[in-house]
Parts: sequence; C-alpha cells; structure tokens
Amino acid sequence: MKKTTKAIWNVGLIAALLILLFLLEQVLPSSSMLFMVLKKGAIYALVAVSMNLLNGFTGLFSLGQAGFMLLGAYTYAILTIPVESRASVYQYFDGGIVQFSIPVPLALIAGGIVAAVFAFLIGLPVLRLKSDYLAIATLGFAEIIRAVFQWDKLGPLTNGSNLLRNFPTFNSVLYPFIVAGICIGLIVLLINSTYGRAFKAIRDDEIAAEAMGINLAHHKQLAFVISSFFAGVSGGLLAMYQTTIQASMFRSSMTYEILLIVVIGGIGSITGSCIGSFLFIACSEWWLRFLDNSNLYIGDFHLTFMRPGFRKVVFSIIIMAIVLFYRKGIMGDREFSIEAVQKFFRKRFKKKQTVEGGSSHE
Amino acid sequence: MSKENVLKVENVTMQFGGVIAVDNLNLEVNKGEIVSLIGPNGAGKTTAFNVITGVYAPSNGAVYYKGNKIIQNHPQGKMKKLYHGENPVMYTGHKVLAPTPDKITALGIARTFQNIRLFKSQTVFENILIAKHLRRTSNVFTATFRLNAKEEARMRAEAEELLKIVDLTDVRDELATSLPYGKQRHLEIARALATQPELLLLDEPAAGMNPQETLELTQFIDRIRTEFGLTIFMIEHHMDLVMEISDRIYVLDFGKPIAEGTPEEIRNNPRVIEAYLGGAQDE
Amino acid sequence: MEWITKNLPYLMAGISVGGQYALIAIGYTMVYGILRLINFAHGDIFMVAGLIMVYAVTVMPMPLAIVLVIAATVALGFFVERAAYKPLRSAPRMSVMISAIGVSYLLQNLALYITGGLSQQYPAIPWLSDTVTILGATTKRVTLVTPVLTVALVVVLVLLIKYTKIGMAMRAASRDFETSQLMGIKLNSVISMTFVIGSFLAAIGSMLYFTNYTGVTPTAGAMPGLKAFVAAVFGGIGSIPGAVIGAFIIGICENIIKGLGWTTFSDAFTFALLIVILIAKPTGLFGEKAIDKV
Repeated sequence: MKKTTKAIWNVGLIAALLILLFLLEQVLPSSSMLFMVLKKGAIYALVAVSMNLLNGFTGLFSLGQAGFMLLGAYTYAILTIPVESRASVYQYFDGGIVQFSIPVPLALIAGGIVAAVFAFLIGLPVLRLKSDYLAIATLGFAEIIRAVFQWDKLGPLTNGSNLLRNFPTFNSVLYPFIVAGICIGLIVLLINSTYGRAFKAIRDDEIAAEAMGINLAHHKQLAFVISSFFAGVSGGLLAMYQTTIQASMFRSSMTYEILLIVVIGGIGSITGSCIGSFLFIACSEWWLRFLDNSNLYIGDFHLTFMRPGFRKVVFSIIIMAIVLFYRKGIMGDREFSIEAVQKFFRKRFKKKQTVEGGSSHE
Repeated sequence: MSKENVLKVENVTMQFGGVIAVDNLNLEVNKGEIVSLIGPNGAGKTTAFNVITGVYAPSNGAVYYKGNKIIQNHPQGKMKKLYHGENPVMYTGHKVLAPTPDKITALGIARTFQNIRLFKSQTVFENILIAKHLRRTSNVFTATFRLNAKEEARMRAEAEELLKIVDLTDVRDELATSLPYGKQRHLEIARALATQPELLLLDEPAAGMNPQETLELTQFIDRIRTEFGLTIFMIEHHMDLVMEISDRIYVLDFGKPIAEGTPEEIRNNPRVIEAYLGGAQDE
Repeated sequence: MEWITKNLPYLMAGISVGGQYALIAIGYTMVYGILRLINFAHGDIFMVAGLIMVYAVTVMPMPLAIVLVIAATVALGFFVERAAYKPLRSAPRMSVMISAIGVSYLLQNLALYITGGLSQQYPAIPWLSDTVTILGATTKRVTLVTPVLTVALVVVLVLLIKYTKIGMAMRAASRDFETSQLMGIKLNSVISMTFVIGSFLAAIGSMLYFTNYTGVTPTAGAMPGLKAFVAAVFGGIGSIPGAVIGAFIIGICENIIKGLGWTTFSDAFTFALLIVILIAKPTGLFGEKAIDKV
C-alpha cells in the first residue's frame, strides 16, 4: 500500500472511531458501564503502551509505573484545584502552599514532566542494573515515592495521606480517548524512528548494540524518561477519571495489573497493549460482574460459590492460563493494521486459489 | 602504501581474578594492512579484541588509535594485590582511559563477533539500518516528529547500498537469523561497515564455513579493503585464508605473543610450529 | 536505665521481626540461587499460611492446626512450582517472573474471595502469645523465641545442605544449572525440594509473624515478602547466612526508625537500603561476582 493511502485509511479509521463514540454518548445513558470501561481502558492503554516501550521495545524490565503515575496524578491535582477550594481540600494544612491553578492541558503536561524528571534522577543509578535487579529497584522506588507523598511534613504540598479532590475532571469519553490517542501516536512515531530501532537493538542484544555505536546508558535513560513522561500523563488522566486521589491507590499491585495487560496484549506490540487494556478492564469491571452475584440459581440449585470476589478469582485464573499456555499474548510482537488484515485475507484467498488451480491441472 | 600506524597495542595485560588471559601484548597494525592474530584455542585472541573494543578495560597497558591514546589502565583496587603481569609501573599515575564500546566504534573501529550476534528480531535490512544510527545528526525530537526525513532517506539509501555489496538484497526483508550461516557472517560484516569504520576487527569470520565459502570470503575481504579503504585486523583459524590474504601475522600462545612476521616467516617459525604441533604431541 | 527500658522494646521487636523476615528470605534466596527467579508469590504463600491457621483452629485443636498449616503450606509451595514455574523452564526469565506475579495476583484474589476482604483475627497460640517482662519491658514471648528458633532452623538447614545428598545436589544446581543436569542430578526434584524447604520456613515464619499482629488480610504477605527479598539481596542472593544476617539488619533498622517516630518511612527505608546496596555492591554482603562472557 502507498504511504498516502495508508495515512488516509488511518485518519479515516480514527475519525470513524471518534464519531462512533460521540454518537454512543448521545444514545446511551452516561452511567452506562460501557463508558466506564472505555474511559478507564483508554487511560490504561496509554500507561500499558508506555510500559511496553520499556519492557517490550527496549528490554528494560521496570516495575515503577505506579510510582510515575502517582507523580503525574499528584502534580495534576495540586496544580489544578481551584484556588477557592484549596482551603477546604487542605483543611489540615491551612489551605496548602500552592495558591494558584493552571489550565488542565498544561497541568497534564506538567505531570508528565515531573514524572520524567524523577525518572531521570532515578535512572542515573538504577539503569545500570541487570534485568530482575532493575525490576526490584524500580519497584522499590515506587514504594519510596508513595511513602514520601504520604508524609505529614509534606502535607502543605501533598495533603499528606488525605484525599486530593475538587480538581477539574472530564465527562465525555472523547477526552481520555483524544489525549491517550495523541500520546500513543507519539510513542508509535518514536518507535518507528531511528531511536526506536536503536531501542529494539538494545533489547535484542546489548553487546552487539553497543558495538554498533549505540550508547547504552544514554538510550536506556531516554526510553526510561520518555516512558515515565507518558506514565505521568496517564496518572493525570486517572486522577481526572477517579475525581479523587490518594497516594495509597498507587500500590505495586497497580503496576502488576499494567504488566499483565502488556503480557495479555503481547510484549512488543502497541496495538496489543491497547486491545489488552480494554479487554482487561472490561473483564475485570464489567463482563465478569455476574460472577459476583450471590443470588444465581441454575434451576433450583443455588450457586453458593458465586459471591463478591469470585469474579477476580476467575479472572486471575484466566490470566495464569494466558501466561502459561499463550505466552505470546493476543498479538505477539505484531501490530494490528489495515495492511496486516489485508495480507491475512489475501493469504487465505490465495491459498484457496492455488489449491483450486492445482486440482484443475489434474 | 605509507607506514602510518592505525592501531597500536602497548603492554596490554588482561587478568581475570588470578588468571592472565592476555600477557603483555604488543602489536601494531598499519594503514591499509590486513593483519591476522592466530593461536591455539584459549590463547587470548578474543580477549585481546574485547580489550581493543572497550568491552573489558585492560588490567594494565594502553591502546592507541591513529596515534591517539584511547585506552589506558593500570592495576587498581583488588587487582592491585592480585596483579602479577608485567610493567604496571609504566602506567601508574597516568590518567585511566576506559571508554565504552560505543565510543570506540564512534572513533572508527568496528567489529564482528565470533559467535554471530545479529539483532534477532530484526530483518536483514533493519540490522544494517540500526548501525547507521551512530552517524545521525538528529536528536530524539527531530527523529520523532520526522524532521530528519532527509537524513532518514540517506541512511536507508546507504543501507541498501551495503546490502548490494554483500549481495543480500534479495533477502532484504527476511529475519536476519533465518539466513544460512555464511550469509549471516556476511551480514555481520556489512553491519560493521555501516558504522563507517577505518579499522575493521573480524573475529573468526570463516568459522564454520566450507572451503568454497572460505574462498569467497577471502575475495570479499580483499574487495572491501580496497573499496572502503579499510585496515583489517582479524582472528582466524583457517590457515588457507590467513596465509592467502594477511600482510602480517601475530601468533599468540597462552596470552603471550610468540611470533610476528609475514605469512612466509610464520610458516617456518619453529616456535609457532611447536605451539601448534608440540601441544598436540603432548596430548 | 531509663533509656534502655524506653528503647529495648524497639530493639527486641527488631530482632524478632528480623528473625521472621529471615525465615521468609531463605525461601527467596534458595529459589533465586537455583532458578534465578524472584519468586514474587513467596510472600503470598506466607499470607496463605496465616489464613490456613485462621480457619484451621476453628475446626481442630491447636497442635493439629500447626501441623496442618505446615503441611498445607509445603503442599502449596510444591504445587505452585509444578503448575506455574515448571512449564516455563526453557522460557525467558522474564516470562517466569511474570508467571510469579500472576500467581501472586491469583493467591491474593483467592484470599480476597475467601475472606470477603475482611481482616481475619489471628488465633492466639498458647505459650507463644503469653506476655513476659524483661528489664522492665513487656513483650510477647514470641519476641524472644523467634531469634532462637530462627538461628536453630538455619543451622539445621546449613548442615542439611552441607552434608546430605540432596543438599549437595542443590549446591551443584545453583552453581551450574545445565552441567548439574548432565551430571545426573534430577533437577526437578531438587527444585521441588527447594520450594518445599522455602515454604516450610515461610509457614513457621507466618506463625511467629502473625502472632504479633491482630489480623491477616489478603495483602498481608506482600510487604514482608518484598522486605525479605531485600534482605536476601542485601546479604548476597543465593547465600543463606547472608539472607539471615540481612534480615536481622533490616528488621532492627526498621524498628529503630519506628522508634524515632518516622513510621511512614520504615518501608521506604528498606527500599532505599536495597537501592544503595544494588548500586554500591550488587552482589550483596556475601554474594559472588559473575563475569559476563562476550
């Protein structure tokens, strides 16, 4: 396919998706489960893609994502709470020390930048570590960040362990889709650039990459900072979605969930992470909900084992099955695209033709 | 051909724990030459390569490239006590130079690996294109926002050119690791050439090749030397290849250089014969 | 004297917690030594051991419950290895680690389902939970028992590894996985044995640990698990004495920090220590250095 036709196809698809979402919002009640899944799914898609940039494309096994989301979420919240509500939010800290607020888009970017700056500082020492040591060190940093943000002495800035609330949020599902879409688009552009190729080279073989003149420290740092920037932005979006935030939300279990999304979607596939994210959120929050219903009967038989929490058990068993038996995830390291779909069908079609052709010769 | 010095290894000793892998190695490679490093298995040849390319910092000694000192070290820390090689005094008190391999490559020294190290999830073309990353002028922003379109186009054109030279254009979009062994070796050389080196280090380029392939490789190495104005320093076991194209040969045994000279001189050197045959008679 | 009575409780608590971390840390360090895997599920196995006790005492007498806890935990450890790690023996290390995270997620959700998310009251184990007074400081007897029991178990374990056939096989496997297989060592049984020992110690650790706390929650194992892992890294991963010493140091430091009124940072301190160690001496106090081959 030509480059221009490809671009037209992609733009058309994105426009169609946005129009569809817009129409859905007109038709369905805004309390519909679908919107919840779409909003949260879009946000998790962004953070999963940012994690994939590290784990899947650069080969750095980092488990610090929740920490960087926390930084983004807090930066966003602190910078956008309207001045008049600060007194009530920071009631234990005399209204806090920040006495201004900035526009939402700027605050989201600021969240990303704060996360990126922290990533830069953390990356200097830890990126020299090898695979699992890096994982545990980044996990440790996320825990440290969480503890620091709950510290009373920082209360005037972070509100200690109390909730941050009253900051601007979004109503339309289009908002997280557009923001996450732009961010994921940027990551895709990066991955397909000469820098993205260098990242993949590091993933495939560090020693060979270095021998080809790729500065390992510089490129790992770059991937780490960029990934954290987008994790920060997604943290800001998550704050908007949740309407209130607290440091204790950002536990390591959050990072594990994101990692599982990446695995389900396929390590090294952007579209896989997106699909994985929506599936994960839909299953865990929506489709499997009936399993939590304790009043289910089959005929006269009361399904007593179905009660709150059963959904999560079934869900984790599904995940284990994927991890063990379907290790490549949904997409493996391939990408979903019009071209790939066309190729797929053409192959099928051709196969049929040649088989038929073959038989006619006989 | 002028006698301009491209690579000079000076008193290099590499000690791992108590084991000396390379013992006071001295050698020179002049511009335009093909110099071979030979010796029995475990003689320290690859270790010498790893020191020159910055993978290991030597325990002691210095390396010069085109007259500039690029690597220098002396026994430090734990090694200070353990070290039992020669000449540590010469370098103590001098500045330690231990650049990472990418810095060495940027200077113009490229290498291949004994146990082929291609980027396994990438295609043949991408393998070469990745090596072009080194000579970029773009930064991460201009590259992401495609402001480097001209440079990107140039990189691709140059990579295509290299593909043609190693005759791999027809398998351009195959996975690099799906190629037959001999072609993988050619691809690795092409990838090294993509970094635009002046000095090329080849680590057993003919390993695992049959005589026909070895002959083709010999011609190929000779061809790229003239075409790219290269100086070549290589480790090799195939004596046909070594004797055919080397201008000079160094022989290493148990980490120590035991002989140096033209192929003719090496063929008749009694110490070399003993190192190769004497060892075999003992067994 | 006053200073002692004021600070002794923290020191004693530190030694006690350190001993409990040590018992968990051994499970991490032995598994890592052989499989090069951070067994993220180990802390959750420890938590499950606590829950089994909670439910066991409701239907049987305490001594029987203790035996059941140990047996069930060992069985769980064995089963997790066979089901979730063994199929991935030839897979990249990252896959196995992800599988461990998956098991951790599963065990936590299972616990959440069974407990209904409520904290479960841990039964008082007679004698262990009794209060005693030393030098004017009151504490539970478990505080005194833990370090003694820990050291005794570690000595037995070290002797086991040094003098028995299976111990020798473990040492061989942790030195060189492939070669030991060629030498006729039944790797799968060695690995299973490692998990059995690790789970056994985690079960003992859970009884000592939860006696000090009011209840067991589904996430109760995560933090002690991570800290025990840090202890293992601190002591030099793969080294049993290292893990024990690391665990005692972390337990004591953590409680001193609590004593200073910096409770918020007691967890953060452990991780800060981890990062400092990884950067300054990645092999830990007693670990061995490995050289990458090119």
